[in-house]
Amino acid sequence: MGRIVLDTVTKSFGDAQVIPPLDLTIEDGEFAVFVGPSGCGKSTLLRLIAGLEDTTSGKIAIDGNDVTQVPPSKRGLAMVFQSYALYPHMSVRKNIAFPMRMAKMDQAEIDKKVEAAATSLNLLDYLDKKPGQLSGGQRQRVAIGRAIVREPAAFLFDEPLSNLDAALRVGMRMEILELHKKLNTTMIYVTHDQVEAMTMADKIVVLRAGNIEQVGSPLELYRNPRNLFVAGFIGSPTMNLITGAAAGSHGAETIGVRPEHISVSATEGTWSGTVGVSEHLGSDTFFHVHGTGLADTITVRADGEVDFKYGETIHLTPRSDVIHRFDAQGLRLG
Amino acid sequence: MAIVAETSRFSKTGRPILAWIVGLIFFFPIFWLVLTSFKTDADAVKPEHLIFFTPTLENYLNMTENYDYWRFAQNSVITSVFATIFALVVGIPCAYAMAFNPTRATKDVLMWMLSTKMLPAAAVLYPMTFITKSVGLFDTHFMVIVVLCLINLPIVIWMLFTYFKEIPKDIIEAAQMDGVNTWGEVREILIPLAWGGIVSTALLCFIFCWNEAYWTVRLTTTEAATLSKLIEGNRAPEGLFFGRLSAVSAAAVGPIVVLGWFCQKQLVQGLTFGAVK
Ligand SMILES: Nc1ncnc2c1ncn2[C@@H]1O[C@H](COP(=O)(O)OP(=O)(O)OP(=O)(O)O)[C@@H](O)[C@H]1O
Ligand SMILES: [Mg+2]
Repeated sequence: MGRIVLDTVTKSFGDAQVIPPLDLTIEDGEFAVFVGPSGCGKSTLLRLIAGLEDTTSGKIAIDGNDVTQVPPSKRGLAMVFQSYALYPHMSVRKNIAFPMRMAKMDQAEIDKKVEAAATSLNLLDYLDKKPGQLSGGQRQRVAIGRAIVREPAAFLFDEPLSNLDAALRVGMRMEILELHKKLNTTMIYVTHDQVEAMTMADKIVVLRAGNIEQVGSPLELYRNPRNLFVAGFIGSPTMNLITGAAAGSHGAETIGVRPEHISVSATEGTWSGTVGVSEHLGSDTFFHVHGTGLADTITVRADGEVDFKYGETIHLTPRSDVIHRFDAQGLRLG
Repeated sequence: MAIVAETSRFSKTGRPILAWIVGLIFFFPIFWLVLTSFKTDADAVKPEHLIFFTPTLENYLNMTENYDYWRFAQNSVITSVFATIFALVVGIPCAYAMAFNPTRATKDVLMWMLSTKMLPAAAVLYPMTFITKSVGLFDTHFMVIVVLCLINLPIVIWMLFTYFKEIPKDIIEAAQMDGVNTWGEVREILIPLAWGGIVSTALLCFIFCWNEAYWTVRLTTTEAATLSKLIEGNRAPEGLFFGRLSAVSAAAVGPIVVLGWFCQKQLVQGLTFGAVK
């Protein structure tokens, strides 16, 4: 069980308020992702939940119990750190067994659980090695193993994959998701990578300067961004944001059109411009179009077969049913 | 290119030679001390017997006959060992708190502790003598242990603090998440990870305690007198009996030099405050 409720939680470091009053509920079994630019307070929020930072005011409850004053060791949560934070003086086996030994579990049961965790995480051959002798991916697995054996109420991950190379990252992402499906335990995952957020989350919490900008499922955020910040943050490549007359004609201060919602043509369209740099991904091609008079660059996504040369004229037509409209305050209209 | 070649040639041959010269300069007084301790008092001051003389154990026999060398040695061991243990027992929690839960005052507290070392010991000699005598602690093991512990505590805390600082905070926090209480953190994480540093600190503290002379000489007479007092006692009444004095000194510093020799590696690490790894 792991339903986590934050009730008007604030956090200040000295005079600087990093988290303004914030309410948030994470349901039992949910995979929640905190996402936002660097320095927006994601780690701080996670550490408040973990108990590694004290709240300045407000309450935190886990499964209905107020844990605001409870030390991290008694909250029943497990955390995986970006730096892995393995115990360098202990073997992999001892690292994984550590939380169980601290809980004074039976040695036979500890051995059994270590074996089980090592098997599922592919660590059997490394049980007697020290963390220093392992690769980054293996260390990450040990950190996860150490977290799962104690069957916590929730797992907290702080950018656990950012020290891994791209290929390994994708693999570990799947492993963590797999783990979530298998254990069905609440997981809170911090990342600044919106692709990671989109692919993993049941619920995304978009943060900016400690404020929650929007909470919702990946598709909700993608389809109905509540404001310009979320619109610009979710989706890759980012949404095209257009101001001026083109926006005015839709009765908005700013309109947003996603690259995949613009069709291209060599002959006719609503807008036109010249093709700049293009990115060929094989399946898709992204064209960066200049000189449209709408914005510096308009990014469009086209089929992989479509080919426009650098400097060619291109005509663009946005899909009218998926144009996002924002007012002068940057809030969504309609 | 020429410069590069020259420096590498210097570091190959020049540096070891320089190191040996410096080493010998530092070692020479000890060598001289030991040499003199095997001369008769008469030989010790005769230039013609500077190097060539008939070695004798007379001084050492004399020392063990006239003084209870073993009692002094025992006192040195007892006071140094317990002072070191107490300094660690107080210093480890203290350095731990400052390293992992620093506040705005931490830097000032560290500086203040160091500043106590700047007070001239002589300034408090009279009050110390008066107080220890009036509460009946003069010339007791307990008082010597407390004094040795206190005068070394600042350096012990400073050293431990620098070692603890090197342990990533994440690891301590991971342990907290793994359900460890404060004592468990110290026992399972801090002490094993900082073991080298703690041993270096303990060794250095022990050596400082052993060598301490100002207070041990002035606040003891017989009961709790250490080897420093033995040397001092040999100097005062009998004047310039260099052979005898050397024997006493050699017997006093001998154990600590041997200890230092065996713990060279730890000590170097300790004295460089973990800068060399
Ligand atoms: N111990 C601290 N003392 C003072 N300020 C802090 C402390 N920890 C964090 N902050 C400040 O709080 C803000 C949020 O920090 P936090 O680490 O939560 O950001 P983040 O969203 O995790 O960023 P990143 O993606 O770079 O990890 C930052 O402006 C940071 O400077
Ligand atoms: Mg962070």
